[in-house]
Amino acid sequence: MTENMGWFSRTLNSIKSIQIRPTLSQVITLGLVVSSALIIWKGFMCMTGSESPVVVVLSESMEPGFARGDILFLSMSNDPIRAGEIVVFNIDGRSIPIVHRVIEVHERPDTGEVNVLTKGDNNDENDRILYAQGQKWLQRRHIMGRAVGFLPYVGWMTIIMTDRPIIKYIIMGALGLLVITSKD
Amino acid sequence: MHSFGYRANALLTFALTILALMCAMASFSDNLNHPTPTAQVQVLNINWFQKQPNGNDEVSMTLNISADLQSLFTWNTKQVFVFLAAEYETPKNSLNQISLWDGIIPAKDNAKFWIHTSNKYRFIDQGSNLRGKEFNLTLHWHVMPKTGKMFADKIVMSGYSLPEEYR
Repeated sequence: MTENMGWFSRTLNSIKSIQIRPTLSQVITLGLVVSSALIIWKGFMCMTGSESPVVVVLSESMEPGFARGDILFLSMSNDPIRAGEIVVFNIDGRSIPIVHRVIEVHERPDTGEVNVLTKGDNNDENDRILYAQGQKWLQRRHIMGRAVGFLPYVGWMTIIMTDRPIIKYIIMGALGLLVITSKD
Repeated sequence: MHSFGYRANALLTFALTILALMCAMASFSDNLNHPTPTAQVQVLNINWFQKQPNGNDEVSMTLNISADLQSLFTWNTKQVFVFLAAEYETPKNSLNQISLWDGIIPAKDNAKFWIHTSNKYRFIDQGSNLRGKEFNLTLHWHVMPKTGKMFADKIVMSGYSLPEEYR
């Protein structure tokens, strides 16, 4: 009887030790991956001063400079906005920010307030048609950042995933399965 | 440990690291290029010069732009965006920059050019301050790389002025 109990508890212990520790270490690894990704993102935000330091180009309005699927690195410093810079701006009542080039700047002497006009390199007309009804100029508050760096193609995954959410779920499922089943 | 998935993962990680490193090196190599571009701009004619009904001055002019931007091109250059801006100061604004003409230079072979054109974008002041106004014409360029950091610089040409009277 005692012999039997000893065997039983030993087996139970060995099962426990096998199951819990690797699972815990897997959870910790997963946590590390997630938190380091978050740290990198937040670190980028601190370094660039921009709320969204990386954007994916969604339209063809800046061809051939920027194509659909390219990614841009943004920075938002206190430097004044000047003609020629590629800025990312948000129009009131529009959800998707636009990346276009500044073609006109008028800056007030005392307040430093600016009136800015933009245009896409590949568009024939300036952006007044894209602005809100009756809006003639962009102000500083519309501008989220200026493009400083460029990396081609990397954003295609994002575009595919937003166009076809099913692919996003398949990838997430596959990754999750990999994490659960991987032994090392 | 040495399963197919494990090896594929290691290979992919290594390939992406090398690719990222090569992109960074290509972008860094742009710093070794010290370009010496040149430009001349002439205002050939003031086509017309008037006050709009809303009170803003507008001017149309014919320009002759010649520039040699070949030295801006490196192996990491996708294109150069070039534009000519009128820059001036008024009592209302400490700085006005108005792009008058722009162009995209796709390759080094096209980077030495000469163009005779009237202003592509409208030259309109915020207000009525353009009569007799002295202004600079600045040729700006924006180097767009195949990958990495973008560069921009300019040549300022001063000593241009608009007529004293509307015409």
